[in-house]
Amino acid sequence: MTAPEHEPPVPALPAKVRLGIVMLCHNELPLAARMAEVWAAGGAVVAIHIDAKVAAEEVATMRTDLEPHEEIIFSRRHPCEWGSFSLIRATQDAASLLLDRFEDVSHVMVVSGSCLPLRPVADLIAFLAQRPTRDFIESVTAEDVGWTVGGLNEERFTLRFPFAYRRRRMLFDRYVELQRRLKLKRRIPEGLVPHLGSQWWCLTRATLHAILADRRRPEFDRYFSRVWIPDESYFQTLARMHSNRIESRSLTLAKFDDQGKPYMFYNDHRQILEESRCFVARKIWPRATALYAYFPRPAQAEPSAAEPRPERLDRILGQAVSRRRLGRPGLYMQSRFPLKDRENGKTAASYALMQGFSDLFPDFEPWLAERLDADVHGHIMAQDRVEFGGRAQVGPGGLSDSAALRDLDCRGFVANLIRMSPRMQVIQYSPRDQQDLNWFMATDPNAQFFIITGAWAVPLLHSGMPFDDIRRVAALLQRTELEQIGTLNSVWLKARTRIWDLGDFCARPAGVLRGVLRELGGDPDAAANLPEMRELAGMGRFLQRLRNAGLRPQLMGDFPVADPAPSKESI
Amino acid sequence: MKRLIRITRRKLRLRALRHYLLGRAVRRRRRLHPIAVRTRRIRRGDILLFMSIRNEKVRLPYFLEYYRRMGVQHFLVVDNGSDDGGLEYLSEQLDVSVWLTHSSYKDSRFGMDWLNWLLLRYGTGHWCLTVDPDEFLIYPHHDTRPLRALTDWLDASAIKSFSAMLLDMYPKGTLDARTYHEGQDPFQIAAWFDPANYTIRKNGEYGNLWIQGGPRSRAFFRDNPVQGPALNKIPLVRWERSYVYVSSTHMLLPRSLNLVYDENGGEKASGCLLHAKFLSTFAGKSAEEIERRQHYSDSQEYMAYHSGLQEEQDFWCEESRRYEDWRQLEDIGLISKGNWA
Repeated sequence: MTAPEHEPPVPALPAKVRLGIVMLCHNELPLAARMAEVWAAGGAVVAIHIDAKVAAEEVATMRTDLEPHEEIIFSRRHPCEWGSFSLIRATQDAASLLLDRFEDVSHVMVVSGSCLPLRPVADLIAFLAQRPTRDFIESVTAEDVGWTVGGLNEERFTLRFPFAYRRRRMLFDRYVELQRRLKLKRRIPEGLVPHLGSQWWCLTRATLHAILADRRRPEFDRYFSRVWIPDESYFQTLARMHSNRIESRSLTLAKFDDQGKPYMFYNDHRQILEESRCFVARKIWPRATALYAYFPRPAQAEPSAAEPRPERLDRILGQAVSRRRLGRPGLYMQSRFPLKDRENGKTAASYALMQGFSDLFPDFEPWLAERLDADVHGHIMAQDRVEFGGRAQVGPGGLSDSAALRDLDCRGFVANLIRMSPRMQVIQYSPRDQQDLNWFMATDPNAQFFIITGAWAVPLLHSGMPFDDIRRVAALLQRTELEQIGTLNSVWLKARTRIWDLGDFCARPAGVLRGVLRELGGDPDAAANLPEMRELAGMGRFLQRLRNAGLRPQLMGDFPVADPAPSKESI
Repeated sequence: MKRLIRITRRKLRLRALRHYLLGRAVRRRRRLHPIAVRTRRIRRGDILLFMSIRNEKVRLPYFLEYYRRMGVQHFLVVDNGSDDGGLEYLSEQLDVSVWLTHSSYKDSRFGMDWLNWLLLRYGTGHWCLTVDPDEFLIYPHHDTRPLRALTDWLDASAIKSFSAMLLDMYPKGTLDARTYHEGQDPFQIAAWFDPANYTIRKNGEYGNLWIQGGPRSRAFFRDNPVQGPALNKIPLVRWERSYVYVSSTHMLLPRSLNLVYDENGGEKASGCLLHAKFLSTFAGKSAEEIERRQHYSDSQEYMAYHSGLQEEQDFWCEESRRYEDWRQLEDIGLISKGNWA
C-alpha cells in the first residue's frame, strides 16, 4: 500500500457498520476455524493470519474447511515470535487485505484464534453503530502505565532488544542492564509519544487507513521493529497520531496475572463470563467444551448495545493476583512459607500475652475468661506441656498439647492457634516458658503484651525450695526476663506493650486490671472483684536475701526490707 | 565468597547424589519382570501414573476409577509379589502396564529405585503422578476441571512440579468398626481430618519443606515427634531424564523441583493427597508389615500403630473436621488456589 499524497485520504464514513476481523492463529487451528465461522455467520468479514511455523497439512485442512465462505480470506503468512515485530507485520498485512478487498468494512478488530465471542456478533455491531467514529484501543502513556511485568515500560522504546526474552533470558537481562549502565538510548522518531496498551483493539477504517498509508510508515516500522513487544505499542502509539476520538479501553476481555500471563477460562467460569457481558473473552482453555458450546449466545431479535460490565470478574481475578502475591496473613503451609519479615502479616488476628498475672493470682485464667469475649489459655509455651484453656488435650485445629510437637515449629503452632480460632486468644506467658518466639511476637502488630516484671519471684517466695536452688532459678529467670524486656524496647517493636514492675502493680492492682480489661475489649468495671492474690508479705526480706547472696533483683521495683508488703491498698 | 563456595559444594554434592540414584535405578531395571506391558498405547502429552503395590487388591477398583475419571491415561505399576489376585486384576486392565518383582522393597529404597527407572524410561516429557494406592489427589477446582487443565496451566506458568501434602483421613470411632468393601469410596468411612495440626520446617540441603503432624503424630509420636511420618509430597512432576525422586515422593533432585512454596508471603497453587490408610484393612496390613520388616526404620511406624491399634485406637477428637470439598481445605489453608482462579 502506497500513499503518494501528503495527507492520507480519509474515506467517507459508511452508513452502517461492517465489522472486519483480523484473526491471528498459531495453534489449535480447528478451533480457530470454528471461531472464524462464528464471526462470519454474525455478519463480519475475516482475514486469517496463520503463523508460518504451523505445519502445511493443518493449514490445508483449515483452508478447505473454510473454502465455502467468501467472507473469510487468508493473508500472507509470517513466522511469528512472541514479543517480536513479526506480529505487527502479520496484523498490517491482514488489515490492509481486509480494507482493500472489502470496500464497506468500517471497523477492524484484532482477535486471536483462542478468543471466544461471548455475545452475538450483532450486539458488537450494534454497539459500534452507536459510536461509529470511536477508536476502541487501550492506549496509556508509557510513563503512567504501571502494569507491565519486568519493569520495562519507557525503556521498551529507548533500549535495544536483540535477544529473545523467552529463549535467551539471561542475555536479555544482561544486555538491558548493560545499556542502563552505559546510558545507551535510542532516539524516538519525531512526533511519536510512546503509548502502551492491549493488542486486542478495534479501530475505525479511517484511523487504520491513516496508520497503514502514512508517508512515514517505513520510518516507524523500522523504529518499532526494534522495540520490545511492539504489538502492545505500535498501533497504540500511532493511533494517537491519527485519531483524536480514542476510547482507551479494549472490547476484548483479556486479563493478565502478575506474571504477565493471560488468564485462562474454564467451564466453571460460564456464569461469570455471561454476567460480564463482554463481547469477546480470551483465553479459553482449548478443552473447555462447555464454554465453546454455550458461547456465543444466540442473537436476539433486537441486538443489544449494552455496555460490558466486567467488574465482578475483575474482582475475582484481582483476588487471585493478591492471593498469589500477598497470600493470607498468618498462614504457613506447603505452598506459603515466608522468610522472616516477609510474612505480610505474621499472624491472622490480634492476641494478647499476659506475663506475671497468673503468678500473682492463682485463679487468674478463669477470672479473666469470665470477663472477656476471648479464649483464655494457660501457658501455651510452657516447657513441659501446652496448657490450653480448660487444659484440653487437643486445642483449636487439632493442635496437640505435647510440648515436643509444638517445639518442632513454634511459629506455626502459635500462628495456627490464632488462625483457627474465631475469638481472640489470650495466652499466659512467663520467663519460665519456651522463649523462641519473642522476636516474632515483638515484631507482630497483632500482639499485645501485658507484663508485670519480676512477678516470677512470687511463686519462688512460696516455693519452699532450698534457698540455693531459689537463687539459681531466680538468676536464670531474671536474665531471661531482662532479655525479653530488651527485645520489647528495641526499635523494631511492632507489638503493643504495657509493662509494670511488681512494686508498681501491687500499689494499685485494680487500676491496672481495669486498664487491661479495657484494652482487651472487656468491661473495665468488671475488675471490681479482684481474684485472690498471693501473699506478698516477706517479699522485701526475700529480695534482700537474694541481694545478700550476690544477685541484684532488677525487675521487682521497690519493696522495703522490713515492712510487710503493701498488698492492701485503696482502690 | 564463603556463600558461593558453600553453594557450589552443595551443588556438586547433590549432583553426585542424583547420578548415584539414577545409576541405581538403571541397574535395578533387570529386577522388574514385565507381566503386561502396554506402554505403546501411551500418546504424546498423556498424563501417567506410577506406583508400586503389594497386596492392595481391595483398593484397586476404586483407585483406578478415581484417577481415570480425573484424566490419567496410563498406569505403570510395579507389583512386589502380591498374592491376593491384585496382579492378575491389573494385568487385565487395558490402560495398565504391570511389572513384577520379588526383590526386597527395602533394598530398592522402598520401591523408589523401580519407580525412578519407569519414570526415566516412560515418563520423560509427560506429566507424571507418583502415588501410593491409598493416596487420592485433590487440587483446586478438581470437581470442575480435569487434571489436564491443571497440567496445561502449570505448563503455561512454567511450573515443573506441583505440591500435594498428605492429609491423613480417619473414621470416627475405631478403625474396625466399619468394614471397607472393594470398590467403595474410602472417604465415606474415613471422612475426618486434622485441620491445622501440622509442623513445617525447611530442609536447607534439598530446599524442600518437612511437614509433619496430623493425627498420627498426635496419637503415636507425641513424645518423639521427629520420628513422625513426613507429610510433604510432590507427586506431580513434568518429568525429564535428569530428574530423580530422593526419598519416597517427599523430595526430588534437582533441588529446584522442591521449591514449590513461595518465600515472599504469596501463595503458590497446591493440592492434597487424601490418605485412605486408616480403614478396617489397616490392622491386618500393619501386622503383615511388621512381620516383613521392609518399611522405613524397620517398620517402626507400623509398630507404633500396632501397639496403639491393639487398644482400639480412635483418631477422632472434638477438633476433627469432616471432609466436604476442596474449598473447605482451601479456607482452612491446607491447599491454595494460588493465582489459578
